[in-house]
Amino acid sequence: MTRPEPAFAEPWHAQVFALTVHLNETGRLPWTDWADRFGATLARHGLARDLDGGDDYFTAWLETLEAVLAETGAADPKEAMQVKQAWETAYLATPHGQPVHLKD
Amino acid sequence: MPHDHHDDHPHSLLPSDPALRVKALETILTRKGLVDPAALDAIIDAYENRIGPKNGADVVARAWTDEGFRAALLEDASATVRELGYYGRQGEHVVAVENTPAQHNMVVCTLCSCYPWPLLGIPPAWYKSDAYRARAVREPRRVLAEFGVFLPDETAVRVWDSTAEMRYLVIPMRPEGTEGMDRAALAALVTRNSMIGTGLARAPS
Repeated sequence: MTRPEPAFAEPWHAQVFALTVHLNETGRLPWTDWADRFGATLARHGLARDLDGGDDYFTAWLETLEAVLAETGAADPKEAMQVKQAWETAYLATPHGQPVHLKD
Repeated sequence: MPHDHHDDHPHSLLPSDPALRVKALETILTRKGLVDPAALDAIIDAYENRIGPKNGADVVARAWTDEGFRAALLEDASATVRELGYYGRQGEHVVAVENTPAQHNMVVCTLCSCYPWPLLGIPPAWYKSDAYRARAVREPRRVLAEFGVFLPDETAVRVWDSTAEMRYLVIPMRPEGTEGMDRAALAALVTRNSMIGTGLARAPS
C-alpha cells in the first residue's frame, strides 16, 4: 500500500485551517460565507496565474481570513502586524532549541 | 557529503512570513478569548490522524456488501454516514453518486475546494488547483486520462460541482474478482481518488 500523503504540507497550513474551522464551530464564521469569500480570493489570485493548490491555496486562505477578521473587528490589521512583529522579535531573541514565547 | 552548513543557529529559526501572520491571528484571538488553543490542536490532530479516506472507503465497502445500506446511502447519504459517526465540518450535506457501466461520476469544486471532509479528510493539492477546477468540467475525459482512467465510449461522464451546501461521494464500481471478500478487505481496494471519481477501485491482488 502506498504511504498516505500528509494532510497538511506545512504546519501553518494546519494552523490556519484549524483556526478557521474553530471559528466556524464556535458560531463566529458561517461556512457558506467563508466559502464565498474564499472562492472570490482564489478567483482573484487565479486571474494572474494558475494556483497549484498547495502553498498558493493556503496563502489565499490566510489572506481571506485576515480580511474577514479585519472586517468583523476580531483582529485589527494594525494589531496583527504588531503582534507578528513581536513574534519575529521573540524568535530572533530566543536561543535555538528553546521554546519561543512572546514577552508580556 | 560533508555537512557543511553551520548548524549552530544563534537563535531559533524564523518561521515564514505567512506562518508568523497565522501566529499573530491566533495570539490576538486567543487573548480575546475567541479561540481556545487546545481546540485548535484537537482539530489538527483529528484531520491528520483520524479523519481521512478510510472513512469513505468503509462507507463504500458497506454499500458493496449490504443492499439495505446501499439503498439508504443513495436515498440520504448525510443521515446514513452520520449513523456511522462520519459527520462534522463540511459533512452536513453529502450526496452519494454511484458509478455504473453507463455513468461514471467525477467531483470538482469550481468555486473553491468544497469536499466531504468527514469521509475523505483534507483534499489533495491537485483537487484545489486551478487546473483541475477549470478543466474537470470542460474536458473531463482528458483529465481522467491524465489520472490513468480510460472509460469505454458507452460510459457517460457526469461531473458534479460541489458547493458549500452540497458535497459528493462517488461510489466506485466493485471490482471483478472480489466475490467472497469481507468488508475490511474490500475497503482496502477503495482509493481516495476512486471516491472523487478520478480513479477506479483497485483490483484485488
